[in-house]
Amino acid sequence: MDIVTFAAVVLAASPPIIFAVIGETITEKAGVINLSLDGSILLTAMTAFVVALTTNNLILGCLAGMAVGAAIALIIAFASLTLKQPQVATGFVLTLLCRDLAYVLGNPYSRVPGPQVPHTPIPGLMNLPVIGPILFDQNPVVYLSLVLIVLTWAYMYKTQPGLKLQGLGEKPAATYVRGVNVNRMRYVYTAVGGALVGLGGAAFSLLVKPGWARPYGIEGTGWIALAIVIFGGWRPLRAAAGAYFFVLLQMLANTLQSALPSVPTQVFPTLPFPLMILTLVLVTLGNADWVNRLLNRLPEGVARWLRRTIKALQTSPPAALGTVWEKQ
Amino acid sequence: MRVELREIHKRFGSVHANNGITLKVTPGTIHGLLGENGAGKSTLMKILNGFIAADSGEILLDGKPVTMTSPAQAVALGVGMLYQDPLDFPALTVLDNFVLGCSPALVPDRRRARRDLRDLCSQFDFTLDPDAHVSDLSIGERQQLEIVRLLWLGARTLVLDEPTTAISAQQRDKLFVALRKLAEGGKSVIFVSHKLEEVETLCDEVTVLSRGRVTGHAQQPYSTEKLVQMMFGQDIPRVRRQVQLVTTAEPLLRLERVTVSDWRLEIRNLNLDVMPGEVIGMAGLEGSGQLLLLQACCGLRPPTSGRIWLAGKDVTGQSYHRLRAAGVAYMPAGRLEEGLIADMTLTEHLALAEYQGGFFVDWPQAAQSAARGIERYHIKGQPTSRVEELSGGNQQRTLLALLPSQLQLLLMEHPTRGLDVESAEHIWGLLLERTQQGTAIIFLSSDLDELLDRSDRILVFFGGRVSAPLNARQINVEQLGELIGGKGFGGGGADESRG
Repeated sequence: MDIVTFAAVVLAASPPIIFAVIGETITEKAGVINLSLDGSILLTAMTAFVVALTTNNLILGCLAGMAVGAAIALIIAFASLTLKQPQVATGFVLTLLCRDLAYVLGNPYSRVPGPQVPHTPIPGLMNLPVIGPILFDQNPVVYLSLVLIVLTWAYMYKTQPGLKLQGLGEKPAATYVRGVNVNRMRYVYTAVGGALVGLGGAAFSLLVKPGWARPYGIEGTGWIALAIVIFGGWRPLRAAAGAYFFVLLQMLANTLQSALPSVPTQVFPTLPFPLMILTLVLVTLGNADWVNRLLNRLPEGVARWLRRTIKALQTSPPAALGTVWEKQ
Repeated sequence: MRVELREIHKRFGSVHANNGITLKVTPGTIHGLLGENGAGKSTLMKILNGFIAADSGEILLDGKPVTMTSPAQAVALGVGMLYQDPLDFPALTVLDNFVLGCSPALVPDRRRARRDLRDLCSQFDFTLDPDAHVSDLSIGERQQLEIVRLLWLGARTLVLDEPTTAISAQQRDKLFVALRKLAEGGKSVIFVSHKLEEVETLCDEVTVLSRGRVTGHAQQPYSTEKLVQMMFGQDIPRVRRQVQLVTTAEPLLRLERVTVSDWRLEIRNLNLDVMPGEVIGMAGLEGSGQLLLLQACCGLRPPTSGRIWLAGKDVTGQSYHRLRAAGVAYMPAGRLEEGLIADMTLTEHLALAEYQGGFFVDWPQAAQSAARGIERYHIKGQPTSRVEELSGGNQQRTLLALLPSQLQLLLMEHPTRGLDVESAEHIWGLLLERTQQGTAIIFLSSDLDELLDRSDRILVFFGGRVSAPLNARQINVEQLGELIGGKGFGGGGADESRG
């Protein structure tokens, strides 16, 4: 497989994780943690598939996934922002609940053939050298994921409401003083983020892993998406890069599996997960004291180079992430 | 803009934070709002700014009554406020901070904003890099950013809440120049502070608050003693304690050229001998270095140089726990924050404080101790009451009841804050009983009468500088007030921050 085809394959497999990661980035940017990703992706994948199957309408399926994702997110927002309950606990319980709910409700539709997002190359653009086959010989969901990344970035950093969104997660009090209804906007962004997570679920069951089954085979992806948000430093472009990196690792694992049949089949599919965790450790190295102490002992030139690299990789969460704001 | 607040009342639970406050600010002036911490200044300003709502009272801008519903609305009406902790976004750039919330437009006009920011900065001689991150700015620069931002949004009245607490002397001078310029340009400035000398140098007029009420009003030129009296209030003089200096050969506590500092203040080369049974009072505006000394004496803040001797033993740099075992106790001012565990009962507190050894708690004994403490310190509560249910005064009594019975040195912040005169008398009776047994007491207080009545000697703190110990019998309230205001400490201001 040449590199262009490989890149196209990575891109084709990435929309679910891109949607989930961008959605969660938006939610956390507003200061709310939606920890339920692993469960809500399963539940929304099931919902999207079942709705698309029974109505024979892909768009309705996607919308159903988004609605369920938003509803789950709103439960977290209500529990946290209105009832002042811990977000992590609510999110975790919802993870388990949604997973089991998906399997129970989806059981009759297990291994039933259903609709699938069609391949729709863009005429003209698809013939461009290199980027043509990578970017434009895909399907609408992939195009949407690419547009979403750019749009989210532009919204967050170029627009007034985007600035306010950043403010929500950084310092709600200061955002309030600048005329923002903090809790209302947090509700909105939590729901928007949840809807995108739901779109991610739909992209699984209608595109990347069409159909429904028990087990569905994507368990754990939600946790990875949460990790990628951290890896991405709560910035959409970098988070997207992290998502592509993870899918790349998965694809590499597949390729290696066929190249090295003697290795047990459990090894390669698992490999991307520890690798992702390792990357995460690397990214957060700069936050640890002992690393700085270690660097001080190294020769000046090496230390400076390492320090700069670590600093560039380092990320810090929105300052008010996971906290509830109350005026007085 | 003429700003008028009329009969503002605000209660938080049982605390009457603003008790019928009336304030008038003339356009084109800098109006000082002076008072100790907890006098109700911040509450009043947050009401003016729409951050909190008053229980009753009126706000008039240029003679027209207004209802402030939010800070954003206040800005729209021309009232901008700089909060004590800057309400900005450290993670964003200066320009992003500047434009955040500036207009309803979807995409802010950054080019225009950049130009306006530069123009405003040059007007006031501020140097702000629009592309720097706010986290890399000093507090002073962050204030400058807030000032130009609020002016850009059309503020005609600027409220500054304790703006000088965390900035360097140069930045303070720059700030003052800018504020004068604003006033000359017809804007009104309300300068909230507990620092006398700053209010004296900067403000055209000053209103003094104490315990939620207006206790005075003055105009340039000021009389420092009068301002101090307005700030601290003055009760009928009480009977002073008879001094009986124990003169043993050896002091109980000896500080030898001790230097101790935190991030903004430094006490340099302090020498002090404290005799057994002696009571030392520490006077001064809040945050002038009294805490540093207390913390150094109890091992919470190791001195950067110098030596501390306790009963002939060198205890420099020893931990709080070591010193506690050696008979030093520290009673903090933050009752629920530092001194007590909000959710635990009196009995549980005593069980913790009187650790008897062994794995299991002797509950009957702890309950007995609690009952004894309740009786001895007149605590209004049961052994099973949780301390957060107690009133402030009773929490204070609980703190006192928790002190070990055998002590060498007792360090206290505001020993009787929140107590009525009678209870204070009772508490001091118990404390002075301890001194009969040789316990030395060092305490800080903002109550001048308490200082004069209870201490043998008084140390006055001013911006990290410490006066020689004064015999409490030989000075009066007026002299003490002058010293607290900085007279006799030579030139320069308080809080000369380093860095």
